[in-house]
Amino acid sequence: MTQIPKLRWNSVHKRFGGPPVLDGMELAVASGRSLVLIGGSGQGKSVTIKLALGLLKPDAGSVTLDGVDVAGLDADQRAAMFGKVGMLFQGGALFDSLSVWENVAFRLLNAERMDRAEARARAVEALALVRLGEQVANLFPGELSGGMQKRVGLARAIVGQPELLFFDEPTTGLDPITSAAINELIRERVTGLGCTAVSITHDLHSARTIADEIAMLHKGRIVWHGPVAELDTTDNPFVRQFVSGSPTGPIDANV
Amino acid sequence: MPPARLPLPHRPAPSKVAGGVPALLAPLAALGRAVLGGCAAVGAVARFAGTALHAALTPRWFGRQIGRQFFTIGFLSLPVVGMTAWFTGAALALNIYSGGDRFNVETVLPQIVALGLTRELGPVLAALMLAGRVAAAIASEIGAMRATEQVDALVTLSTDPMRYLVAPRLIAATLCLPLLAMVADAIGILGGMQVGKSLLDIAPRIYVTNTFDFLTRWDVESGLIKAMAFGFIVGLMGCYHGFTASGGARGVGRATTQAVVTSAILILGSDYLLTSLFAHL
Repeated sequence: MTQIPKLRWNSVHKRFGGPPVLDGMELAVASGRSLVLIGGSGQGKSVTIKLALGLLKPDAGSVTLDGVDVAGLDADQRAAMFGKVGMLFQGGALFDSLSVWENVAFRLLNAERMDRAEARARAVEALALVRLGEQVANLFPGELSGGMQKRVGLARAIVGQPELLFFDEPTTGLDPITSAAINELIRERVTGLGCTAVSITHDLHSARTIADEIAMLHKGRIVWHGPVAELDTTDNPFVRQFVSGSPTGPIDANV
Repeated sequence: MPPARLPLPHRPAPSKVAGGVPALLAPLAALGRAVLGGCAAVGAVARFAGTALHAALTPRWFGRQIGRQFFTIGFLSLPVVGMTAWFTGAALALNIYSGGDRFNVETVLPQIVALGLTRELGPVLAALMLAGRVAAAIASEIGAMRATEQVDALVTLSTDPMRYLVAPRLIAATLCLPLLAMVADAIGILGGMQVGKSLLDIAPRIYVTNTFDFLTRWDVESGLIKAMAFGFIVGLMGCYHGFTASGGARGVGRATTQAVVTSAILILGSDYLLTSLFAHL
């Protein structure tokens, strides 16, 4: 029996007025695997994740989660779906008017209606996992550095014990030690707890650490998809240029 | 062999503008685009209003957010509404005193001030102050949340942005503005009383008695109904323009301006419509 992938992009097309951002993209990730999406800036990596979350609708094609079309879900089904999904946005996307712990415990307080004291305790536990102490819990996002905001966003993504995690640039703006800790945390969520993870990163060291498999997106299509071990051995010209950082090759550095 | 054709006289092709429309028809095309754009905008606002009303009138309500908006929109608007009302009441009384002596209208100064404030100036000025203070703040806050993916984050946290962001602001603006209009009525009458005492030597007790003897319940109620409609407009325009903001900081700035301008126009337009309606009741 063929196993249904946890998440699948089926011939997805998406454009925003100009040239297509995604042009028949095909990709799938199996349950309990960590997929890292790499590619140049502006190639549609964030759009790929937003389509999987149902925040954007494809012009053609579909994205399925456990075999169900995400775009076809009604409001209640979507709310239930998001109950098992955690997302780290590129800029953190913390709510300015709420304290750090209220941000982290937002789902527990508002969707699960957990008692505030219990939700705070869970938030402090999640903050400890991203190496932030309890003294940060009562601060507001505006009082934190960019890197700390990112870690609070990560704590918010993992606090509800989700089955599926999305990370948009999880280590950007972090120092090497914190980056290593975050990479370890993501790896532990996948290997230890069996979560499925989809990450976007330009940090190849991070990609090598957190990925089971890597896919490269270029001009709206997946041009390479393979195990992380093959990242440095593949002869795919797009991957070779991306890994070496060479300005010459099939990827045009000019925008 | 076919007969030779005479060459046709050269007629220049009609000049075209971008989009392939003959230059002669360009103004019509522009008018058509504007009308279509206007219809689309009205449709989008109506659809947004329907969704927002549904979120505001059906559970689930976020009590903490509603309370916070009551404080921000209602309580924090008291100083600006109060000052506006006092100066307006005083200026109205001064105008009646200086311009109305031609037909002895100063004898009914308290009544005219009270009527003008309760039926018209109290709700309209409170609403315009709220449009400047609150619609702008709502549009910029929600617009910035949209630009920094906070609205998307709400969705991924199983929370409906219409219920969490829009409904509390709409409820608070709609219910706070009648209260603010009542405060504006009272403070405006006090402003008029101050002028009445200093220029016409009308004793405050007599001024107040004349005011309350003259005013009917409908004078106040019609103003409060208007204020409720204006509050809805302010909340709706702030939320709509914030929600549809795009293009970073510039887009947020544009959304803020549009929220204030459309609120003000809709307040004055609906004021005329409601006044006409009430006149026929």
